[in-house]
Amino acid sequence: MIGQLINLKATELCLGLPGGAEANENLAKSAVGNKRGFSETVDLMLNLQSNKEGAVDLNNVASASKETTLLKDPAKPPAKAQVVGWPPVRNYRKNIITQQKTSGKEEASSEKAGNSGGGASGAALVKVSMDGAPYLRKVDLKMYKSYQDLSDALAKMFSSFTMGNYGAQGMIDFMNESKLMDLLNSSDYVPSYEDKDSDWMLVGDVPWEMFVDSCKRLRIMKGAEAIGLAPRAMEKYCKNRS
Amino acid sequence: MSEDDEDQSPATDLRSRNKSRNCISSSSSQTFPDHVLENVLENVLQFLDSRCDRNAASLVCKLWWKVEGLTRSEVFIGNCYALSPARLTQRFKRVRSLLLKGKPRFADFNLMPADWGANFAPWVSTMAKAYPWLEKVDLKRMFVTDDDLALLAESFPGFKELILVCCEGFGTSGIAVVANKCRKLKVLDLIESDVTDDEVDWVSCFPEDVTCLESLAFDCVEAPINFKALEGLVGRSPLLRKLRLNRFVSLEEVHRLLLLGAPQLTSLGTGSFSRGDQSQQEPPDYVAAFRACKSVVCLSGFRELMPEYLPAILPVCANLTSLNFSYANISPDMFKPIIHNCHKLQIFWALDSICDEGLQAVAATCKELRELRIFPFDPREDTEGPVSELGLQAISEGCRKLESLLYFCQHMTNAALIAMSHNCPELTVFRLCIMGRLRPDHVTGKAMDEGFGAIVKNCKKLTRLAVSGLLTDQAFRYMGEYGKLIRTLSVAFAGDSDMALRHVLEGCPRLQKLEIRDSPFGDVALRSGMHRYYNMRFVWMSACRLTMGCCKDVARAMPNLVVEVIGSDDDDVNRDYVETLYMYRSLDGPRKDAPQFVTIL
Repeated sequence: MIGQLINLKATELCLGLPGGAEANENLAKSAVGNKRGFSETVDLMLNLQSNKEGAVDLNNVASASKETTLLKDPAKPPAKAQVVGWPPVRNYRKNIITQQKTSGKEEASSEKAGNSGGGASGAALVKVSMDGAPYLRKVDLKMYKSYQDLSDALAKMFSSFTMGNYGAQGMIDFMNESKLMDLLNSSDYVPSYEDKDSDWMLVGDVPWEMFVDSCKRLRIMKGAEAIGLAPRAMEKYCKNRS
Repeated sequence: MSEDDEDQSPATDLRSRNKSRNCISSSSSQTFPDHVLENVLENVLQFLDSRCDRNAASLVCKLWWKVEGLTRSEVFIGNCYALSPARLTQRFKRVRSLLLKGKPRFADFNLMPADWGANFAPWVSTMAKAYPWLEKVDLKRMFVTDDDLALLAESFPGFKELILVCCEGFGTSGIAVVANKCRKLKVLDLIESDVTDDEVDWVSCFPEDVTCLESLAFDCVEAPINFKALEGLVGRSPLLRKLRLNRFVSLEEVHRLLLLGAPQLTSLGTGSFSRGDQSQQEPPDYVAAFRACKSVVCLSGFRELMPEYLPAILPVCANLTSLNFSYANISPDMFKPIIHNCHKLQIFWALDSICDEGLQAVAATCKELRELRIFPFDPREDTEGPVSELGLQAISEGCRKLESLLYFCQHMTNAALIAMSHNCPELTVFRLCIMGRLRPDHVTGKAMDEGFGAIVKNCKKLTRLAVSGLLTDQAFRYMGEYGKLIRTLSVAFAGDSDMALRHVLEGCPRLQKLEIRDSPFGDVALRSGMHRYYNMRFVWMSACRLTMGCCKDVARAMPNLVVEVIGSDDDDVNRDYVETLYMYRSLDGPRKDAPQFVTIL
């Protein structure tokens, strides 16, 4: 496994309606029409150190077998550590039971709504494809609390592919076109998503909760291909601001 | 339902014999020309069905070997790496049916990295040229791609049965090609396989006219389907007997399907068993729909069960011989009214949510029970288990004909196992998983040696055993002494020393499949089995105490044994500790498709 620390810095953009209440309290206001400053960055660390268990993995991605790795079960505090492959229940069966537990019986319909990452109180299953990967994966966005969590999970799922290394220092300056272009010109990978309006956006542009609600599908694409997204994304923000 | 079916005989199909005895002496007595004899023999041997019989017949002499090779139509290969596809097609000329198994079972539990192998591709491409009349392919734990399925669909015009159990690597697009091109398709069974959702409407891909479909199982396909197309398909499949739906089919939709084809169905997988449409309108009469299922003897599904509708199945209960509740979190109170009607039940799978109380109900009613599997709803080590030795005791007292058991629990006692060993003499498969590692008898505090000892001693027909809990070398001494028919043995977190494994390797002459994890067995034990390994299908040992040096010695001493050491990418190649050893006999030497993390010694 390639262990690399990736920093993906993205901005929290201000959808600056004066006096408008935004969902995310991290937003700073700035005057409409000005070049934006960046009040906040979301630090997405795509950590490729392989870890067992953890995030929902609906496919049988077997991790490299080392000595039995002991992993704390995050749900129960001082619980006994879980061992790989024990008890010997197939992932297939485990996943089905997990689905039942998370979505609840009464909310079974939300899962049946298909693959749209709907705002239903049930699971928010979205497909994740990666350019060059042989097949799709699926994640339940409700299982994560932040972009960080999601990045970790995606990295685990697709850890056989190199993920891009974004400038270690500094933040992505959407308005600083040359920096953005550099980034996107590289052959590294960039996560993008399809939102409710069926537009493809770069991941990390909106507050997490809003992202979960609007994300229908994820695609990890090559940086070079994502170039087309950035201007559109910026266009959209301008639109939303006015 | 097919988790780990036991195969009936050793996989010695293709062991070549160097001796050539010509049993027909052409010199002394007057003989018919060989080709006449061949024809006669062909006509006789074609009636031999059983693998064992055929293997025996092929050893008589060269002629019989040859003719048997011409007449064998069904081939079983227990380990896809035991031989190459070319050898298969050279030996057997007229194969109609292939059963092929790939990865070892412990791969199901994340103990093996992905991309290890077991690719179907070389098999399908070789067979495409050699067996134009191939009708049936049954794969277990193989890696099958959409391209493989496309090639299969195009190459075999008479193709009838595709069964994929615990397979992966393909998606709905591959299924679509099979549905579309295999015009004689009778059976399409996808069982516990990982099928990617390519967003292809595969159900619509079946041909428009009347189909030959007899069995369609897609309960593992995690993708919505075109229900209208399915309805149409069922409507034009007059021979359909088995239908297993996935969880994207709601109760209302099942109702509509049953209206179409209920009386013919013998096996039904009920899909989600919950209502798709939550609106207030009057639900359809589910009871009437199930009442129409006069032939249903096998019921499964219940993937997202709405318990209030469970009583709808009552009309079929009296006929059921097989019932799978293992995806439904059913409480004892919901369960008991149902099971009280299932007097003919022979196969029963469920979650432990039915509790000991539910098991007692099973014991009281299901006197014909042959196979029981209880899975954990919460598969963790430190939870309070709802089933225990009480349930097991009840089952042993009520279901005397029990042959196969798989039981997950948190606590067990030796007494319950001893009781079962006396009450259920027909047991051939005994798999007990005490989920807490190294747990002793929770009443006496002693190791579980005596309990398992009783099982191997008293269950004289035992062929498959999986052990758990706190076990010392004594348990293995019992296994070696009494387990004379054991073919498959699974060991985890057990034993004290090399002696334990030695007892088994020296004492169990029929042992074919040995899988061990996290047990203190080392080089001495490994060496003690060298006289056995050519007669076994495979040996798996992970997280034991083996050294590279010893494994290399074994590999050197046994040239027809493929010795794989499986590690992770960043392992130091010269490291002495062997994380995972997987070794198996092979007629064609080490495989050429081993990934980087596999070292073949």
